[in-house]
Amino acid sequence: MELRVRALESLLVEKGYVDPKAIDLLIETYETKVGPRNGAQVVARAWSDASFRKWLLEDATAAISSMGFEGRQGQHMVALENAPRVHNMVVCTLCSCYPWPVLGLPPVWYKSAPYRARAVIDPRGVLADFGVTLADGVEVRVWDSTAEIRYLVLPERPAGTEGWSEERLAELVTRDSMIGTGKAKAPETASA
Amino acid sequence: MNTVHDLGGMQNFGPVVPEANEPPFHHAWERRAFGMTVAMGGSRLWNLDQSRFSRESIPPALYLSSSYYKIWVEGLTRLMVERGLITAQELSDGRSRVPAAALPNVLTADKVARALAHGHSTLRAERAPARFAVGDRVRTTNVHPRSHTRLPRYCRDKPGTITKVHGAHVFPDANALGQGEKPQWLYTVRFEAADLWGPDTTASAIYVDCWEPYLSPSPLGEGRGEGR
Repeated sequence: MELRVRALESLLVEKGYVDPKAIDLLIETYETKVGPRNGAQVVARAWSDASFRKWLLEDATAAISSMGFEGRQGQHMVALENAPRVHNMVVCTLCSCYPWPVLGLPPVWYKSAPYRARAVIDPRGVLADFGVTLADGVEVRVWDSTAEIRYLVLPERPAGTEGWSEERLAELVTRDSMIGTGKAKAPETASA
Repeated sequence: MNTVHDLGGMQNFGPVVPEANEPPFHHAWERRAFGMTVAMGGSRLWNLDQSRFSRESIPPALYLSSSYYKIWVEGLTRLMVERGLITAQELSDGRSRVPAAALPNVLTADKVARALAHGHSTLRAERAPARFAVGDRVRTTNVHPRSHTRLPRYCRDKPGTITKVHGAHVFPDANALGQGEKPQWLYTVRFEAADLWGPDTTASAIYVDCWEPYLSPSPLGEGRGEGR
């Protein structure tokens, strides 16, 4: 693929269809600027600030945009609140739809056939692949991103984090916990 | 189109394999493939639904054996060859042999930040009142178009409940065919897992975003997990 993609790019550059500097900038943006640390800040704020949490659940696009995270693949955001009896998980069975402004580009497994095939029929089996077990009575809701609505899971705040700052809380928020294939980290595992 | 991109509910693909500390890209070519695909999307020669349709049109065996960025390269190449922007011969050796086409727009470096911040909202003005409201029982249509649709096979001809009304959004089934945006009301529909899979599921409910043409009113009492 290396040679094939290089040949394609040199052809497109020669024809004036693409600007290699624009490609560099696109790559740099998603390698260094836009990633799951954005979403972790959103979650940490929702855990700390009840009015922000309410806003996020009512109008996630506006609440997330107020923190400077917006744009491509995040125009229409919906936040899904996990609770002791409700667990949400997000998938795109048809392609790879994912909320770029808050989570960055999707991991390989999210785009893979095993995840896309199984998430909607056997989410507990998928969770087991991630080492996560839910109690029997928990309602498991799976969200298939078929339109341009992008979903962000608001994981449960771990116990034992009372009084923590948003910065410390954000360290507990994993990418997988915002997709719904994981839970937030327990406080004793955090580096802070 | 009923093909292998529509993966929901298929079995025997093996476990999900997460990678610890996964980087955004695994190979140098993936970086360039990503950048080129986004940059060429900025040419406005095709829309998002046409690029998805192009990827779905990859032969099934090739689709399933390709990494996702390879699928993007295949899809991008098809779009460009179909529109006469490049030829198969040019692709094989990377040298330009026919004059370049004039693009409506070239995403130059100075336009990148604005293009990413601006994105592509699909919300459009409403032309008619919404047919459904939150709480309405609906049934999805039983259709199998040879062209692009965002109604997965696993939830066709199934009962569900409207849980959210999102406004009118660009309708992919029309937009992918170059018929214009034809905005339609978009809803989130909750399907009880037992209505989709009978007893063979560990899900409680599946939520799918459905445009109004995918839905019809459902007789009262239908569904709600009676298959459980």
